[in-house]
Amino acid sequence: MKKKLLCALLALSMLFVLAACGGAPAENTDASETETSTPAEPSTPDDTAAPDEQAELSGETETNPEPADTPNEPTPAAPVEGAFKLGGTGPLTGGAAIYGNAAKNGAQIAVDEINASDSAVKFDLRYEDDAHDAEKAVNAYNALKDWGMQISLGSVTSKPAEATSAESFADNIFSLTPSASSPATIAGKDNVFQMCFSDPNQGTASAEYIGTQNLGSKIAVIWKSDDVYSKGIRDTFLEEADAQGLEVVSDQTFSDGNATDFSVQLNDAKTKEADLVFLPMYYEPASLILAQASAMGYAPKWFGVDGMDGILTMQGFDASLAEGVMLLTPFNADSSDEATAKFVAEYEKRFGEKPNQFAADGYDCVYAYCQALTAANATPDMDAATINGLMKEQFTTMTFHGLTGTESGLTWDETGAVSKSPKGMVITNGAYVGMD
Amino acid sequence: MRRFFGYAPIFYFCVRGEFRVNFIIQFISSLTSGGGGYQLLNHIINGISLGSVYAIIALGYTMVYGIAKMLNFAHGDVIMVGAYVCFYAFGALKLPGALAVFAPLIAICAAVAVCTLLGVTIEKLAYKPLRAAPSLAVLITAIGISYFLQNAALLLWSSSPKVFPSFFVFKSVNEAGEAVTLRSVQIGSVSVSFVTIVTIISCVVIMLWLTWFTGRTKMGKAMRACSEDKAAAQLMGIDVNATISLTFAIGSGLAAIAGALLCSAYPNLVPTTGSMPGIKAFTAAVFGGIGSIPGAFLGGLLLGVLEIFAKAYISVQLSDAVVFAVLIVVLLVKPTGLLGRTVREKV
Repeated sequence: MKKKLLCALLALSMLFVLAACGGAPAENTDASETETSTPAEPSTPDDTAAPDEQAELSGETETNPEPADTPNEPTPAAPVEGAFKLGGTGPLTGGAAIYGNAAKNGAQIAVDEINASDSAVKFDLRYEDDAHDAEKAVNAYNALKDWGMQISLGSVTSKPAEATSAESFADNIFSLTPSASSPATIAGKDNVFQMCFSDPNQGTASAEYIGTQNLGSKIAVIWKSDDVYSKGIRDTFLEEADAQGLEVVSDQTFSDGNATDFSVQLNDAKTKEADLVFLPMYYEPASLILAQASAMGYAPKWFGVDGMDGILTMQGFDASLAEGVMLLTPFNADSSDEATAKFVAEYEKRFGEKPNQFAADGYDCVYAYCQALTAANATPDMDAATINGLMKEQFTTMTFHGLTGTESGLTWDETGAVSKSPKGMVITNGAYVGMD
Repeated sequence: MRRFFGYAPIFYFCVRGEFRVNFIIQFISSLTSGGGGYQLLNHIINGISLGSVYAIIALGYTMVYGIAKMLNFAHGDVIMVGAYVCFYAFGALKLPGALAVFAPLIAICAAVAVCTLLGVTIEKLAYKPLRAAPSLAVLITAIGISYFLQNAALLLWSSSPKVFPSFFVFKSVNEAGEAVTLRSVQIGSVSVSFVTIVTIISCVVIMLWLTWFTGRTKMGKAMRACSEDKAAAQLMGIDVNATISLTFAIGSGLAAIAGALLCSAYPNLVPTTGSMPGIKAFTAAVFGGIGSIPGAFLGGLLLGVLEIFAKAYISVQLSDAVVFAVLIVVLLVKPTGLLGRTVREKV
């Protein structure tokens, strides 16, 4: 009997070690399990240095001890003669897959349009899967570098982007991320630019919006403590909420290990009579929070950020739960704008769903590159470092008109941050409608 | 004194001390201040609803352990498979009108059928050849099966999260004549969701049935004989292989029900849905005394309440640490768990 119990405890501890390896969403572990069976790629010198570096960057304490974790076999893209090799990483599988695929699809549409046009600049686009994991993202980035990537679309989500942007800064490969919004992604790297507004911007804008529109007086915040994205938004939100005279009555956290039961957090908000709950997080936990709040009969106003985008496309999601949820996003698929309508129609035709802001950001990134490369007279035979210099010059001086952002166009400052202001949207009858 | 705070251990102690005081103050104030009793009651209800899910999973663990004397770590993943089958069966079912009420029931039955088959197949392919092997080998195999199932699910159903349909809701009409969806019932000042009620009822029913089955029926007696001594049971004319297969069939069937209930309560379905609740339920089974059927029920409920209390009064971050610390303490004091039997090994 004693022996059996000992075995049991040993096994339990072993399971924990296994579960801990993958970082939080345990599917990371799965992905690495499947991937170990694919033949290992020739490792680059960066491979060994990478895990430590990114662990520091993302502040993660758990690092996967397997260094030979190779990314998925790349999807062979049709080679285009004399084209710029444009690479990016994003979560094509895993919990954040909706974002990665949207950004990739958006970029693909733009690339196809440009290649079919008479533009002098052509692109060869390749996306690698990073499963929203910093370590896999670096491996994916290295695979892209081996392929000969000249310009980069960085990573789609913040945690991986903080790791890959450091790499791309070290390698002198210019990077324009569609949607990685954490400030650390661009901080201290003069060749990493963002197409999306940054987290502090979102937190401030959300609090400002709630304050000026008088949406609520007692605010509860539920945020994910092990995610830089969530923390970044929450921190600036609290600052601005103070300035707006909003009373934050409940400030509750969760993390990867306990992201299923939110009764305690919701109860706290409910007993403190919060009339608006701010959810700076991705859509997956948000969908659970909405369902559980509904089950306990708690119906405050909900306010999300761009990570909430995608909640309506979850398979089986009851859209009535999200009715009235407000969120900030820079893109409105229902806009009457001609370019937007054309993009939405093409996206729906190809992928059977309405594009979200990540798709629009991906699309805009490619067009911004096209404009910058054309203006700089860059040619595909230039090496990445040369293009890097040209792009830095172009992006800090040019004005870009895209699907996202205002009519006056987008500009970038030296740090790589974009001038873009978020728009308030509300979910009505299962679709996003602009609040203004 | 202040300058000593620089020393890490002292600092650590101070932080912890403050922490403990905080916790006590919070706890007392929540008990005494206005609405505090309500808050406490609410946490207990939430704890029971989380615990009832653990309990129903733990019943499967304890059943298989009690009879086959092996830890089936793939149990959590059989739960996940059950939930997926239920999800797709429910989606595919298009029942007309009034019959639609039975759709969840049919979906759960389909899941039970598939999981029973899966459980028996796993037992035949993976565990049966290892019947004479040391228990550690079987344990590792079980972990292997667990990963196999997760990855198979990843391939089959992709990793994008599915939202499980809400089974236990009632459509009703409120005073204003609008259609409303009822998800919970108000008892006094607290609301209890229907899923919780259904889970607790099914848990009690399953527990009573299992106790009756293993205690009173012929098959059940054969099971207990196998658990006591396989060789002797065989000599008495009991088909050991068939008995163990039946154990797995029942355990996996229960897993399917647990999967449907787990996902009804927490409607997020991904290939790893079963792993964390699986581990927690295993803890609950050990806590209550593994092999003991009422123990699994008690352990599950206690673990759920403990977890919610730890979250509410100590820290959300530390809740799992607290739960497992309690497990360690219980095992130190009572190595067989709360309701575990002490079996004397005869030499």
